[in-house]
Amino acid sequence: MQKSLVIYPDKCTGCLQCELACSYQAEGVFNPAKSRIKVFNFHDQGRFVPYTCTQCDEAWCLHACPVDAITVDMTNGAKVVSDDVCVGCKVCTIACPFGTVNYNQATGKVIKCDLCGGDPECVKACPTDAIAYMDADLTGLEKMRAWAAKTDAALQAGA
Amino acid sequence: MKYVIAGAGPAGVIAAETLRKADPKGTIVLIGDEPEAPYSRMAIPYVLSGGIGEDGTRLRKTPGHFKNLSIHVLRDRVAKVLPKKRQVILAGGAKTPFDRLLIATGSRPVKPPVPGLNLTGVHHCWTLADARNIAELAQPGADVVLMGAGFIGCIILESLLARGVNLTVIEMEDRMVPRMMNETAGNMLKSWCQKKGVAVKTKTRVTGVKKSNAGGLTVHLNKGRPVNAALIVVATGVKSNTGFLKGGSVRMQDGGVAVDDHLQSSIDGIYAAGDVACGPDFSGGWAVHAIQPTAAEHGRIAAINMAGGDARYQGSLIMNVLDTAGLISASFGNWPGVNGGDIAETVDKGHFRYTRLAFEDDRLIGALTLGLTEHVGVIRGLIQSRISLGPWKKKLIANPSSVMEAYVALSPAAA
Repeated sequence: MQKSLVIYPDKCTGCLQCELACSYQAEGVFNPAKSRIKVFNFHDQGRFVPYTCTQCDEAWCLHACPVDAITVDMTNGAKVVSDDVCVGCKVCTIACPFGTVNYNQATGKVIKCDLCGGDPECVKACPTDAIAYMDADLTGLEKMRAWAAKTDAALQAGA
Repeated sequence: MKYVIAGAGPAGVIAAETLRKADPKGTIVLIGDEPEAPYSRMAIPYVLSGGIGEDGTRLRKTPGHFKNLSIHVLRDRVAKVLPKKRQVILAGGAKTPFDRLLIATGSRPVKPPVPGLNLTGVHHCWTLADARNIAELAQPGADVVLMGAGFIGCIILESLLARGVNLTVIEMEDRMVPRMMNETAGNMLKSWCQKKGVAVKTKTRVTGVKKSNAGGLTVHLNKGRPVNAALIVVATGVKSNTGFLKGGSVRMQDGGVAVDDHLQSSIDGIYAAGDVACGPDFSGGWAVHAIQPTAAEHGRIAAINMAGGDARYQGSLIMNVLDTAGLISASFGNWPGVNGGDIAETVDKGHFRYTRLAFEDDRLIGALTLGLTEHVGVIRGLIQSRISLGPWKKKLIANPSSVMEAYVALSPAAA
């Protein structure tokens, strides 16, 4: 079943617990710079917007990878980077129109949200329930898909 | 239905896989002329730098991948296409019939008309066979001359440095990566490389290569002293592999196979994809875009149409990302800009950071970045969604680095 992270920006207080939890889970350090989820601070509006990979169906990163280093976790639909296979060419970082694949110069590999194998730490860390993990069908994923379709390379006529 | 795919690079392989999904019973033949399993040329620099072995370049890693999908991989080369007979003639002499043909023969490196480039020790860096030859000669401390500081030259530069060679780069134009970067960014890249110990000679031409008395090669230039080399790597551009279509009825454009917005050539049932195809350009008109994302998109969309679907291609956005000895640069779309369009720039030469944004009305149409690794893909998102930036255009002109904030603010995620 495809599951996804759903974000409610209105509930976000900008505490950055999600970034700390993510970086600790993924890299073993409490360092927001290494987090796969990023909280954007719109000072002039007093708003915070957490943002990360939507595990989109188009999977731009996966299709752009020249060496098959990004695969789909069949249990939850996450697009997962295999460090052993990634050569660090960074094509996925420019191919992802959501900007959610980043290059990590320290390791020479790319990094992205992998849904923590199905138990996302950011969700558990958020004190205000601004991040939820649920079935993709129940979420606002459709609107992100509509957004993604604007970038889609192919317009398919008919069914 | 019998599908023949000429070329086993990314476009051909993705087309074969897409065809299999769309047509479970069709016969699929994937023809490639290199001895190795289908691999990615993009990964070759990482073989040279020692990051991966040759197996790491394979496009698909699962053993038996093609066999499991009943994709017949044939080691041969298409020598001629007979459109009326619906046949291809292979280099080995055999004839193969097809119902649908995909031309995905990629491109090949070109040698400039300079005397001496046929000598031993002069190599392209294009195939795994080339990589083996280069690896043998690019030993620590060896004098190496790289001809051409274009995109491919710069990627190889990184791996040559990793091998510890004494490197000289010769480039005709006034800067590095002249087709990917403007004067500001191209020259920042040059000074970065010089800081890393690379001799970079721009506005310089190789006039000839000769054997030296010491047994190596001597590279003669149009100015300055000749340079010694144990190895010369020629990276002076590529062109589409279309020789086998010469004299035929398939229409050509800009050196590639002209295709429509369904990636079909001028002949019904014959399609083209990847480096060999001159297809719709997202920024307008038609162009050959020899880049990995275009090859992947072409392969997928051509295959959907070959199998009877109806997928119209919105056009490829030219984009590149490059790591030149640790300095990461990226370019997207129409970065030179258009008449009357605004340009936003921010330069920090000391920290090797640069951003240039090109706008048309209140939409982003192109960008260059140096030193940016975070969220760089949103530049593609902003360009290809053709979104009106509204108040964010002013903010981006004031601070061109805030592309991700603009994207998040404008996307439904912020709603």
